[in-house]
Amino acid sequence: MHIHFLDPYRERSSPIHALDPRVKLVLTLAFILTAALTPVGAWPLFILLFAIILSVEIISELGVLYVLKRAALALPFVLAALPAIFTIPGDTLFSLPVGPWVLRASIPGLERFASIALKSWVSVQAGILLAASTPFPDLLLAMRALRIPRLLVTIFGLMWRYLFVLVDEALRLMRARAARSGLADQPGLKPGGSLVWRARVAGGMAGSLFLRAFERSDRIYMAMLARGYDGEVRSMPLPALRPWHALALVIVLSVLLLLLVMGFLFW
Amino acid sequence: MHHSIEIERLSFSYPDGHPALKDVSLAIQPCEKVALVGPNGAGKSTLILHLNGILVGQGGVQVCGLRAEKENLGRLRAMVGLVFQSPDDQLFSPTVYDDVAFGPLYQGLPVGEVRSRVEEALHAVHMGDYARRVSHHLSTGEKKRIAIATVLSMKPEVLVLDEPTAGLDPRSRRSLINLLRELPLTMLVSTHDMLMVRELFPRMVIMDEGRIVADGPTQQLMDDASLLEAHGLEKP
Repeated sequence: MHIHFLDPYRERSSPIHALDPRVKLVLTLAFILTAALTPVGAWPLFILLFAIILSVEIISELGVLYVLKRAALALPFVLAALPAIFTIPGDTLFSLPVGPWVLRASIPGLERFASIALKSWVSVQAGILLAASTPFPDLLLAMRALRIPRLLVTIFGLMWRYLFVLVDEALRLMRARAARSGLADQPGLKPGGSLVWRARVAGGMAGSLFLRAFERSDRIYMAMLARGYDGEVRSMPLPALRPWHALALVIVLSVLLLLLVMGFLFW
Repeated sequence: MHHSIEIERLSFSYPDGHPALKDVSLAIQPCEKVALVGPNGAGKSTLILHLNGILVGQGGVQVCGLRAEKENLGRLRAMVGLVFQSPDDQLFSPTVYDDVAFGPLYQGLPVGEVRSRVEEALHAVHMGDYARRVSHHLSTGEKKRIAIATVLSMKPEVLVLDEPTAGLDPRSRRSLINLLRELPLTMLVSTHDMLMVRELFPRMVIMDEGRIVADGPTQQLMDDASLLEAHGLEKP
């Protein structure tokens, strides 16, 4: 029994998949930064940003629906921006009486909320595209190339490697519990035990999972030491960027910069 | 009188489409002790997981006269004592006592009966003094015995073990073999330990690539060197 569904990478043969992971990582970060810096209420820019991400989704052959479905996972976080509707002063749109208070929704507040929601929505899609079109090891190489601290990159890598082991272990524990969750042959007994008891069992399972993860990390570290690990992570040098990848990088970066300049000039 | 285990034309594929069992049929009489051997990836563990409905494939599985179906799962899991290969998966509670008591407590048995069942089960595996110990600190051999006790406390009719002697030192292995010989239950044991098979199990079932390729008296199959070799096994 192994877990594969956690891995967001989807194998396709699209130009997006073929693009150098370093370029993809930089462009994704730049795109998210652009979306974040775009002024509130710059609707044409939001439409352009959405058009960019939509066309990448189509080129990537992942399916627009696939990306949108995954992006829905980020919706609950948009709720955090909900108070903006009521806290920004401006023309009142409608009032909501809540007990002794009255909540006044303002038009600028609504604009702020809609902008934040749109920004986070396109940003999440960019992240999903990156993860779905780049194998995780390539992403780690890209982070290394961007001079993200090596220790941090190593931690990401180890986490990725052992997350699956840990999930497998948790599933095996739960399977062992299911195998012993039976019914007595005497009628009239209520199976399942009390809520407190079940919580205690689950707590014990979580505890033993933690202990084992802890012990495993010790063993992994010893195995690393045994092969000469001295705290410094070394890696193969990365190949130079191919010309058309570099070109794509420059073009998309310029477009994003242009969008930002337009945003600050006109809104 | 029904068979203890009756499997009829069982097939199963994992969600990724990889077929693990192909048209498997097997019948085991009450109190019969049967060894299940075959190379890694032959489908032994997959077959075992069908016996209490953790996996459900196409075909018929009946244990103690109950079909492995959704409405029977509760009784099935109490009647089939399934001991997993890794005792660390089996022992998920803080203390030995909690773990052995899990099955009876889940069934909602009265406290007095839970207590006596735990005592009986620990006594049966000769681990009576270990009730208050923390499972985490036990040796592999001790953990294996406790793992067997955790299913004995449910008073199962069938005991199913997945590679019980793997990773044991000779002394722990010997005492486990003696323990299995003592237990008066129907037994299906998946193993690579051919010496134990010859010593303990009058009947042997060989699996390879998801099929049962041989099923008969252990002595007779063990003498067929070409059969053993064809399925990656060795005569002890």
